[in-house]
Amino acid sequence: MKAGWETVIGLEIHSQLATRSKIFSGASTAYGAEPNTQACLVDLGYPGVLPVLNEEVVHMATMFGLAVDATVAPRSVFARKNYFYPDLPKGYQISQFELPIVEHGELYITDAEGKEKCIGITRAHLEEDAGKSIHEGLDQCSGIDLNRAGTPLLEIVSEPDLSSAKEAVAYMRKIHTIVRYLGISDGNMQEGSFRCDANVSVRPVGQETLGTRTEIKNLNSFRFVEKAINFEIERQIEHLEDGGEVVQETRLYDSDKDETRPMRSKEEANDYRYFPDPDLLPVEISAEYIESVRQQLPELPAAKQQRFVDEYDLRSDDADLLTGSRALADFFETAAAATDAKKQLVANWVIGDLSGALNRDGLDIADSKVSATELAGLLTRIHDNTISGKIAKQVFEAMWDGEGTADAVIEARGLKQITDSSAIEAVVDEVIAANPGQVAEYKAGKDKLIGFFVGQVMQATRGQANPGQVNQILKEKLGG
Amino acid sequence: MSDTQQDMHAQSMSELAAGLDRGDFTSVELTQSLLDRIGRLDEQLNAFITVTAEAALEAAARADKARAAGEGGVLNGLPIVHKDIFCTRGVKTSCGSKMLNNFISPYDATVVEKLSDAGAVVLGKSNMDEFAMGSSNETSYFGPVRNPWDLARSPGGSSGGSAAAVAARLVPAATGTDTGGSIRQPAALTGTVGIKPTYGRVSRYGMIAFASSLDQAGVISRTAEDAARLLGVMAGFDERDSTSIDRPVPDYVGGLNKSIKGLRVGIVRQHFDAGLDEACGVRVKDAIAVLESLGATTVEVDLPNLDLSVPTYYVVAPAECSSNLSRFDGVRFGHRAENAEDLLDLYCRSRGEGFGDEVKRRIMTGTYVLSAGYYDAYYLKAQQVRQLIADDFKQAFAAVDVIAGPTAPSPAFKLGDKVDDPITMYLNDIYTIGANLAGLPAMSIPCGFVDELPVGLHLVGGHFAEQTLLRCSHQYQQATDWHTACPADFK
Repeated sequence: MKAGWETVIGLEIHSQLATRSKIFSGASTAYGAEPNTQACLVDLGYPGVLPVLNEEVVHMATMFGLAVDATVAPRSVFARKNYFYPDLPKGYQISQFELPIVEHGELYITDAEGKEKCIGITRAHLEEDAGKSIHEGLDQCSGIDLNRAGTPLLEIVSEPDLSSAKEAVAYMRKIHTIVRYLGISDGNMQEGSFRCDANVSVRPVGQETLGTRTEIKNLNSFRFVEKAINFEIERQIEHLEDGGEVVQETRLYDSDKDETRPMRSKEEANDYRYFPDPDLLPVEISAEYIESVRQQLPELPAAKQQRFVDEYDLRSDDADLLTGSRALADFFETAAAATDAKKQLVANWVIGDLSGALNRDGLDIADSKVSATELAGLLTRIHDNTISGKIAKQVFEAMWDGEGTADAVIEARGLKQITDSSAIEAVVDEVIAANPGQVAEYKAGKDKLIGFFVGQVMQATRGQANPGQVNQILKEKLGG
Repeated sequence: MSDTQQDMHAQSMSELAAGLDRGDFTSVELTQSLLDRIGRLDEQLNAFITVTAEAALEAAARADKARAAGEGGVLNGLPIVHKDIFCTRGVKTSCGSKMLNNFISPYDATVVEKLSDAGAVVLGKSNMDEFAMGSSNETSYFGPVRNPWDLARSPGGSSGGSAAAVAARLVPAATGTDTGGSIRQPAALTGTVGIKPTYGRVSRYGMIAFASSLDQAGVISRTAEDAARLLGVMAGFDERDSTSIDRPVPDYVGGLNKSIKGLRVGIVRQHFDAGLDEACGVRVKDAIAVLESLGATTVEVDLPNLDLSVPTYYVVAPAECSSNLSRFDGVRFGHRAENAEDLLDLYCRSRGEGFGDEVKRRIMTGTYVLSAGYYDAYYLKAQQVRQLIADDFKQAFAAVDVIAGPTAPSPAFKLGDKVDDPITMYLNDIYTIGANLAGLPAMSIPCGFVDELPVGLHLVGGHFAEQTLLRCSHQYQQATDWHTACPADFK
C-alpha cells in the first residue's frame, strides 16, 4: 500500500447454519437439488402461511456467541427487512435488527508484525437467506430457484478493526475455523455456505475521522477477499490522490477482471423499514440454557493450540496448523496417543508427508488413505530404529498405495534397518578398502569426506544401515 | 316435505344438530335446501364470492354416512360458510381482491381443517372487504354486500358477507376475522352474534394476514350457543402459528347455563359520549338493565386512552399490512400484469391493477409510518400508546368481569354514505378496536332495533374470558328474543 495512507476494514460474514431443515419451515436445506423442489409453502411466501422458528438455530447462535466471548442476549427479536426482489418471496426478509441474539464478542488474530491483535465482533444475528435468480440458459426471461430461501444464516459483523486485506483474511479464517469446530456450519465456500461483505475505507495516516467507505458484496473465497480489498484500497487511494472523493456505494468484485465495480449508490439504497415481525415471538434465552450450552462446547481452536504447545511440546506454528481444523487436530491426537515417538515427529509427519499426500490427491483428512493409527505404527518404527526417517518416507508411500501397514511393508520389502554392529563394520571395511585415495585425504584433514563414506555405506546397504551407527564406526575405523 | 324440513333455514345450529340426530332430515337434505336458498336469495345480497355446492353435497353425504355408522364429529353434517380470507384447498380464496381472483389455495387453513374434521359442511366462501380492509363491505372487488334488513344499507365489514348470510338465514353460522371490529361491527349491523376470541386463542395459519398482531378468527352466528359450539372446535394451539397459545380449550357449551348472578359488568362513561347515536345508546342501556335483572352488578370503569385507539390502530394496522401484502407482487401467484417491460413495471402494474383504493391507501400509510425518520414518531409511538390502552383494560378488569357498551356508533348506514370519507368510516370501529389492540376477547349480540335496524351490545372480557362472554350472552338470549328476529324478506 502507498505510504501515508491507512486502511480501515470491517467484515460482515454470512455463515450458513448446518441445520437439516430451514429456519422457519420444515423444508430440507440440502444443497444441489432440482430448482424449487425444496421450498414448501412457507418458503414460497404463500398467502396465509406463518413462520415457526427452528430451535436448533438458537442453539447454534448461542454456541457461536460463547465461542467468541460475546454476550448472548436474554431476549432477541426478529424483524422484517422490507424490499422487493423476485427471489425474496414475502417481499421481506426475516432478520434481526435492533436486538440481535449475539453482541460484543472478540477474537484474536496475528497481525503483520506477528503480534496478537484483538478484533471486535459487534454482533451476530440470525436471518433467513433469499432464493436465487437464474439468468443463464433462459431465453428473454429470468428463473427463480427458491430452494435456498429460508436457509438459516448467522451474520457475523466485525468492528472496523482490520487494517489490511491480510488481516481481513486472517480474521475470516479464524471465524471459518470456529464455525466448523462448533459444527454449526460446513463452511463450504463454493456452495456459498460461508461468504462475506467487506466494508473498506482509507484515510491519511494520523487522521481521526474515518474515510467514506464502500461495501464489496458477496465475496466467497479467501483469495477473492484479499484481492478485492487490495484492489479497492488502491482504487480509493488513487482516486483521493487525484483530488476525487470516494462515493459511499455498494460494489461487486469481478474475479475474472480482478476489479470492483459499482452496484448501487447510497441514494439508490433501500429504506428497509425494519419493524419487529409480529408473526414471531421474541427469543428468550435463560442463563441456565446458556450454561448448558457452555458445558457442551467443544474445545475451541485457540485453547487447543495452547494445549498442543503445553501438552505435546509442539512448536507454536505447528500447533496452529494442526488445530486449523478439528478433524486434523483429532487425527494428530489419535496418532500421537498410539505411538511412543516424539510428538513433534508426529506433528512433522501430519503436517508434512500426510498433508502433502492429501493435497496431491485432493482428499480430505477424513478420507486419508493412511489412518492415524497406521501412521502411528510407522512412526513407532522410526522411534525404535527399525527404519530410518528416509526409509520411512518410502514406507509411507507404499502404505498410501495400499500395500498394508508399516510393518507389512517393511517386512515385504526387506527394509528393516541394519543395527547389527558387526554387519555394519564389515561394510565399512569394504568401503575403506575400496577408496584408498579418499581415506588418505580424510586422514590428511579433509573432515568433510566423512559424508562421502557414510553415503557409500548407506548405498551399499540400500539405505538400511542405522546412520548413527555408521557414522560412529566410520570415525573409529578411520581413526578420526 | 315435513314442517321440520321446511323451516330448516330458520333453525339455529344447535336445533339443526338435534334435528339431524333425531333423523328429521339428513345433512344432504339440509345442505340442498340451503344451497337452493342461496341460489334464490343471494343475488339480492351478494354475500357469497364462491358457492361450493358439489363439494358441500359430497361432504354432507359423508356426514350422513358417518352418522349412520354412529360416527362423526361434533359438527357432523352442519352447514357453515368461510369468509374468503381463509385458505381452502382446491377452492378460490380471493380475500375479496382482484389480486387473488385467480388464486386456488393449495392448502387448508387450520380453522378450515378443524371445522371440516369435526364434520362441518362448507357451503362456500363469503364476500368481504378487500383484504379485510373496510367497515362496510364496499371495498370488495366482488361488489358490496347488502344488509338483509335494508338492501340499500351496508351489512358492515369486513366480514359483511358472513354476517349477511347468517342474518338472512342462508347458513346458521360462518367464520369471520376481526382486526379492528370486522366480526363484531357487521354482527351488530345485521342483528347477529359475533365473537372475536383472545389473540392467540385460534390459529392464524392459513388466514390471509392483514395486520398480524391484531388479526383473530372468530364466529358469526345467530345464538351465543352456536358461537360456543363452533369456537370450541376452532380454538386451540397450533404449532404452525407461533402466536397461538398452548392452553386447554374449555367446554364453552357446557358453561353456558351457569347464572350470571354476581357478574360484575363495567360501564365506560366515554362509550355514551356525543359520538353515539342516542337511540342506540338507549337500546344498549336497556340491555345492560336486562343483565342487571339477571343478577349482574354494574360498575363504572374508566378507559382514559380510549380516544387514542382509532389513531393508534390506523398506524399499527397499516404498518403491518404494508409488509404483509408485499408478497402479492405478480411473481408466484395472484394477478400479474400483462406484457411487463421490466421488473419494476411488473411490480407496479401488477399491484396497481390488483389492489383497490382502500388497500393502496393503507399500504401507503403503512409504508410511510415505517420509513426512516418517521418510525419513531409514528410506529414506535403507536406501540407505546397501544401499551397504555392495554394497561387501561388491565386495570379495568381488576374491578369487573366484562365491559358492556355499544358495538357501533349507529345502526347500519346506507351504502355509498361513508365510502368516500375514510375518517368517518374508520370511526365506525371506535368501540371495537380497543379489544384488538389489547388482544382481548369481545363479542357483539343483538339487543334491539332503531328504525327497524338492529343494534348490537358489545361485551369485552379479560384475556381468555370467552367463556364468561358466551355465558353472559347466552343468559341474555334466554331472557330476550332479539336474536330470533328475522329480516322480513328472508323468513
